[in-house]
Amino acid sequence: MKTNLTKLLTSAAAATLALGLGMATAQADDFPSKSISYIIPFGPGGESDISARHQQPFFKKLFGQDLVISYKPGGGGAVGWSQLNSMGKDGYTMMGINLPHIIIKPRQKDVGFKTDDIDGFHIFHYTPDAIVVTEDSEFKTLKDFIDFAKANPGKLTLSGSGKGTANHLAKVTFDKLAGIKSTYVAFKGTGASVQALLGKQVKAQWGYTSVGAKHAGKVRMLAVAMEERHPSFPDVPTFKELGFDIVSGAYRGIAVPKGTPADVKQKLSDTISKINADADFRKKMEADGFALIDVTADKYADFIAEKTKGYVEAAKSAGVLK
Amino acid sequence: MAALDNLFAAMSPLNFLLALAGVVAGTVIGSLPGLTATMAVAVLVPITFSMEPASALILMGAIYTGAIYGGAYSAILLNTPGTPSAIATTFDGYPMAKRGDGDLAVTLACIASVSGGLVGATFLLLLAPPLASVALAFGPVEYFWLAVFGLSLIAALSEGNLIKALIGGCLGLLLSAIGVAEVSADIRLTFGSQVLIGGIETVSALIGLYCVPVLIDLVATPDKHLKVTTQSKGIRLREALAISWRGKFNLIRSSVVGTLVGILPGAGGSIAGLVAYSEARRTSKNQEQFGKGAPEGVQATESANNATVGGGFIPTLVLGIPGTPPDAVILGALLVQGVKVGPNLFTSESSIVYTFIWGLFLATILMLPVGLIIGRYAYRSIIAIPKALLVPTVAFMTLIGTYSIRNSTSDVVIMVILGVIGWVLGRFGFSASPIVLGLILGSIAEQGFVQAWTIGSATENIAGMFFGRPISLAIIAMIVISLFGPSLVRLIRGDRSNQSMTGDIGKNP
Repeated sequence: MKTNLTKLLTSAAAATLALGLGMATAQADDFPSKSISYIIPFGPGGESDISARHQQPFFKKLFGQDLVISYKPGGGGAVGWSQLNSMGKDGYTMMGINLPHIIIKPRQKDVGFKTDDIDGFHIFHYTPDAIVVTEDSEFKTLKDFIDFAKANPGKLTLSGSGKGTANHLAKVTFDKLAGIKSTYVAFKGTGASVQALLGKQVKAQWGYTSVGAKHAGKVRMLAVAMEERHPSFPDVPTFKELGFDIVSGAYRGIAVPKGTPADVKQKLSDTISKINADADFRKKMEADGFALIDVTADKYADFIAEKTKGYVEAAKSAGVLK
Repeated sequence: MAALDNLFAAMSPLNFLLALAGVVAGTVIGSLPGLTATMAVAVLVPITFSMEPASALILMGAIYTGAIYGGAYSAILLNTPGTPSAIATTFDGYPMAKRGDGDLAVTLACIASVSGGLVGATFLLLLAPPLASVALAFGPVEYFWLAVFGLSLIAALSEGNLIKALIGGCLGLLLSAIGVAEVSADIRLTFGSQVLIGGIETVSALIGLYCVPVLIDLVATPDKHLKVTTQSKGIRLREALAISWRGKFNLIRSSVVGTLVGILPGAGGSIAGLVAYSEARRTSKNQEQFGKGAPEGVQATESANNATVGGGFIPTLVLGIPGTPPDAVILGALLVQGVKVGPNLFTSESSIVYTFIWGLFLATILMLPVGLIIGRYAYRSIIAIPKALLVPTVAFMTLIGTYSIRNSTSDVVIMVILGVIGWVLGRFGFSASPIVLGLILGSIAEQGFVQAWTIGSATENIAGMFFGRPISLAIIAMIVISLFGPSLVRLIRGDRSNQSMTGDIGKNP
């Protein structure tokens, strides 16, 4: 009891002192001084979770504080993002964000948040879209794939994860660029979509480079939607090389509740940059098929604006948006 | 044989302790409604970073298998399935507890869970790579028919109340459509409300529909919660072993059903438990006891749902496609550790996988003493706590449990509302199970249907898609048997059910 009282008095005194000195600077200087809560708006075991789990030990190693991961799934992420701005604004709470979700969802219906409500600060990687086929597929190259689609309009079936997602929008964009008509079959998550590919329920998959990494030996990628070839797959061409201007995928970043001090946000952004720069981290992420990027706090708004244009256009022609 | 060398690795003191701790923690977590195996495993992930992959797997596998068994306690003692896998356990487990046989039911569930777990692990040990192809043979249309089969069991399992069961099932189907649709990304039936965007979460629906009515009834009636026979009989192990021995065919059949359904990613323990339960009833000589406290019912579900643990690891480890939600978390943890799953895991890195499988055996066997002791304690405390304390304690747990599933207050609101609806419907003779099954199976059926239809129309062969594939036809035959079988048999045989003997097992009527 007595210790509690002492504690209370001490912290009250400390708080007064901090206020006197200007709270924000005091916070940023010794930030982070305790563990940080990292909320994933999806269930455990998905790629958002796995990439956060990859960051977890490096955060501890570089900053001495724990990154505590928890989950708030529902509504394709909407449940978590709609609550983000009502959470603690001291920098000790942050949430994973995913593109195209945060762009598409609020434009479909009122889901409790708008794209601009999200104070994102660092998009640290993406899983590039890729066309994946089984090892024994008749499609050896992207040309085989396109030829088949041209000869059999609509009969080329592709599995993918969900609708209005990176996979789906990549399909729409590619079909337009290549002048083909394929049939997209939405599955619940990438796992189910790979299951359909391996079980030959569909002819190919709109998947990710992570599928190529995880199922190496059983699947082959025809092309990846990156600027340059993926370091783990030097033999797989990019769409760009083959004449199709697609660089896309599922982008993952982090946001803080609106109102979090700018310097604290900057410090978090620097933290994530440092983790991204760690050679060991890079090696692990790349082996899993992820592609690291650094869209830091200052570049975030431009990046979202640029991506919104492409996503919205594709979503409209796909019928996901009106 | 390489597999045997790893038996000794699995038995190292550290692994033994991890298996024991995992089973104890899992059983306790599983027994609390709302705390799920997925969550328990997810909490452990950071701890496993510093471990050897095999030890990490053993710890996570042990907690998983313990949690699936722990779900039986609340199903039997509170009529609340802690996980969807334990839905069918309530059918006979709670009536047994009501009449004073709760201790026997808990012990039977423990023996059945251990048997099921051992059968599932045996399949994993000996046949994992070939069995993984079963998961791939199941396409969208097979999932669709499997879900329809599950829905048809609602009708078959509710003699006398068929119309009410079907209405309940339809209500469940409607509930499953709320929120963001998995395959079309449409936002449906939310009526502009933020509360409903996340949809109806299954476990919170289970808690609401099963547990809240029990709590309301406890408050509304002066009776004791469970009847207690005068002399304390302890864990009644001898009696339970005798019953288990008599039901050994039931245990084996249910375990095989559980393993096979477990191999199918996304199908889940609820279907496994139901199919095993309905098979047990169909082949039993005292069918009329089912639903009123038949030990065979508890044995069937509990062996089947623990067998899904071993079954679910088969696609997880061989294909890298998680069989169940906890498997997805375990797979993620392995990826972070740098272990590549796939067929090679069974050859080039066989020491990890075989050490783990032996560890799973070890954990399953440890579940026998652990489960009996914790089960006895759980039963004692439920009957010893006065009602005035029991009701608020359980009510508090339902709120916390529901919140913790997705850290969502909306789920708590939905849970309470569903609970009140469930209680009112219960007064009119509707039971919770058809509603919950409609909720769980609705989305599986919808996804399978939409996917199969899309692929069928792309290849211009919709009829062939739905009715031309051998596995689909076999499932359709099972649906016909479950819907019309009982009445046909009655028609042909007259009322000779009392004379049919165990020879019927495995034979189709």
